[in-house]
Amino acid sequence: MKYKRDPTRIREILGKKVQFILGDMACVYGGLLAGCSFFGGYPITPASEVAEGMARMLPRVGGTYIQMEDEIGSIAAVIGAAWGGSKSMTATSGPGFSLMMENYGFAVMTETPCVIVNVQRTGPSTGQPTLGAQGDMMQVRWGTHGDLEALAFAPSTVQECMDFTIEAFNLSEKYRNPACVMTDGEVGHLRERIVIPDEKDLKLIDRVTANIDKKKYIPFTNSQTRKNCKVPDFATFGTGYRTYVTGLTHNEKGFPATDKQPDHERLVKRITEKITDDADKLVMVEKLNLDDADIIFVTYGATARPAESAMEKGRKNGMKVGLLRLKLVWPFPDKLVTKLAKDVDKIIVPEMNLGQIVHPVSEYACKHCEVVSAPKIGGEMHLPMELYKYLEGK
Amino acid sequence: MVEIKTADELNKKFLREGMWPTIFCNGCGHGVVLEYTFWALEELGLDMDKVIFASGIGCSSRLPGYINADGLHTTHGRAIAFATGIKAADPDFHIIVFTGDGDCAGIGGNHFIHAARRNIDMTVIMINNFIYGMTGGQLAPTAPLGSVATTAPYGNIEHPFDICDLACALGANYVARWGVSHPYQPIKSIKEGLQKKGFSLLEFLAPCPTAYGRRNKLGDIKKHWAWYDDNTILIEDYEKIMTYGSEEEKEQVKDKIQLGVFQDIQKPGFFESYEKLVDRLKEKEAKTKEGKK
Repeated sequence: MKYKRDPTRIREILGKKVQFILGDMACVYGGLLAGCSFFGGYPITPASEVAEGMARMLPRVGGTYIQMEDEIGSIAAVIGAAWGGSKSMTATSGPGFSLMMENYGFAVMTETPCVIVNVQRTGPSTGQPTLGAQGDMMQVRWGTHGDLEALAFAPSTVQECMDFTIEAFNLSEKYRNPACVMTDGEVGHLRERIVIPDEKDLKLIDRVTANIDKKKYIPFTNSQTRKNCKVPDFATFGTGYRTYVTGLTHNEKGFPATDKQPDHERLVKRITEKITDDADKLVMVEKLNLDDADIIFVTYGATARPAESAMEKGRKNGMKVGLLRLKLVWPFPDKLVTKLAKDVDKIIVPEMNLGQIVHPVSEYACKHCEVVSAPKIGGEMHLPMELYKYLEGK
Repeated sequence: MVEIKTADELNKKFLREGMWPTIFCNGCGHGVVLEYTFWALEELGLDMDKVIFASGIGCSSRLPGYINADGLHTTHGRAIAFATGIKAADPDFHIIVFTGDGDCAGIGGNHFIHAARRNIDMTVIMINNFIYGMTGGQLAPTAPLGSVATTAPYGNIEHPFDICDLACALGANYVARWGVSHPYQPIKSIKEGLQKKGFSLLEFLAPCPTAYGRRNKLGDIKKHWAWYDDNTILIEDYEKIMTYGSEEEKEQVKDKIQLGVFQDIQKPGFFESYEKLVDRLKEKEAKTKEGKK
C-alpha cells in the first residue's frame, strides 16, 4: 500500500502530548509528524536511537523502515524513495555523514527533497563515538564536491530536535534540496520535556508536484506553475511524466549536457539561487539582549546553553552582554551578522570544535569588531564559567 | 494495442526522443541488451509508467537515458540502493537496474550483496564487458586471468568475480547469464526475471571492442563477437560433458563460461515479508484493544 499520512494514527502511535524523551527520539517524532514514510539507516553512535525509534514506529504508521548495508546505501535509498513520492529521511553521525557526502551532492544536483539528521560527534576519523561535538558544521556546507547551498538546522533543545526536523522537511520540500538537522551527541542524548504540536498548529509544506500537460512539462527549469520561482515542479516517478534524473550536468529537459558551459552555469546557478534569493526569509535566529550589547556570543546547538548562562552572569555583573543563537546555521545570516558587528565591540563564537562557524562570522563581521573563537574539544561541553572568562577578556 | 513486429516499431515505442545518438562505440553489446529488454517488456505488456529504471555510472548505466520511462541515473555503484528506496515508495513499481561489472561487482558489490540477501523486489541487469570501458579500459573485477587493461599492463593476476555464483549463494530468486548473439533465450529469461517477486539477476556478457578488445587481440569486431561463441557453453551441455564426456571433451569445456538459468526459486520478496510484518502488528494491536475492552 502506498503511504498516506494519517494524522490520527501518527498521534496514536506517538502518545501523550507532553512527554519526557530523548533528543534522538524527538527527531523520530518530528519526522513522523512531517509525514516521513521512509527511513533508511545504519547504526552509529550517538544516532542509533533515531533508527531504533523509526524501526518501532514507521511500520505502525504505514511507512517503511529498512536498515541498509551502510550509510552510502542509506542516503541512496532515501533519495530513491523521495523520487518514488515519499518524504524520506536518514540519521547518522560524523563517520556516516562523511560517507554520505557523494550522494548528498547527488541530492543537491537532482533537486531531491530529503532530510538527514546528523547527531554530531567529533573526529578526525572514529574520534569519540559516545561523546557530542559539532564536528560537521563545515562539512555540511562544503563537504561534497562542487557548488551548492546547504540547509542546516542546529537544535539546542529536545523540543527543537522535533520542531527542526519538521522544519527541515518543510524547507527541503519547498526548495527541493536536502536539509540537515545538525544536532549533536549532547542534545541527542539529552532527555527533556517536549510538547507535541496539535495538528491545527502544524504547518507542513509539501513539494509542488507536476500537474501540467505531460508534453509541455520541463523537469529542470523554473517552476512552470509558479511565477518567479526557481524550484521546478516535481514529477514523481510513476505519474507518467517519464523523467530522466541524472547527477551529470543536465539541460532543462534533464538530458546530460556534460560538455556545455552555459548549461552547467544555468543549472548550478539556479539550484543555488533558489535558496540564496530567499536568504532574507531564511534567517532563523534567537536574539537575546542584543539591543544595548557591546559584547555578544554568536552560537548554536548545545553550546548556546552554557553561553546563555555566561551571558546572564555577565549581565548580573553589569556587562552589556548579548547572544545571537543561530537556529538555521546555513544559509548563514550574513547581513544580520554584519549589522551586529557594527554595533558591538566583540563577538565571541563558542563551538565544540576548533573553530568552524567562527569563519563565516569573521567574514561577515567585515572587521567592524573583534571576533574571538572560543573552542572546546574532547567531548565535554563548555562550562558557563569558561565562557564567562571570555567576557572578561581572559 | 498495436502489435509490434519489427525492431523499428519497438524502438519507436520504447526509445526516448531527443537522446539519440547513443554514446556507444561500434561493436558494443549494450544496445543489444537494451533491445532484448524492450522485447521482454513488450511481450509482458507492462505499464511503462510503472516501470522505473535506475543505474549507476559507466556505459551500461547510460541505458535508462535512452528509454522513454522514469529513470534515475545515480552515483557509481549505488544504483541498487537507490532502487531499494524507489520500490519502497510504491509497491506497484517494477524496478529494473542497469549496471556494469565495475559498477555492480566492483564499487557496488556491497549493495548488490545485501539487496540480493534481502530479496528486494527488483531486476538487476548487469552487463559484463570485463573492463571499465567509459573511463578508458581499466582493470575490472570480472576481467579474465591474464587479460590486459591499462591498469593491468602486464596481464591480470586477480581471479575474476563470478557474480552469478554470488547471487545464487545469497539466495536470489532468479539468476541467469546470457550472451548477446542469440536473442530468444535471453528475452525469455528477462521476462522470467521481471515476473519474479524478490531479487532477480541477469548477467549479460557483452563485447567491448574499444576498451577490451583492442588490448586483448580482439580489436576486430567480428573476431571479438565470435570469441563469446567459442568461450561460452550452455549449463546443460556443460553438465552433460562433465558427467558423461571423455577426458578430452572435459578439458575442452572446463574453462568455458556457462550460460543459462542458474537459480529459479520462490522465496518471498522483501516487501511481501514487510507487508506481512505490518499485518501482524495490526492484528496484535487489535487483540490488545479487544483485551482492554
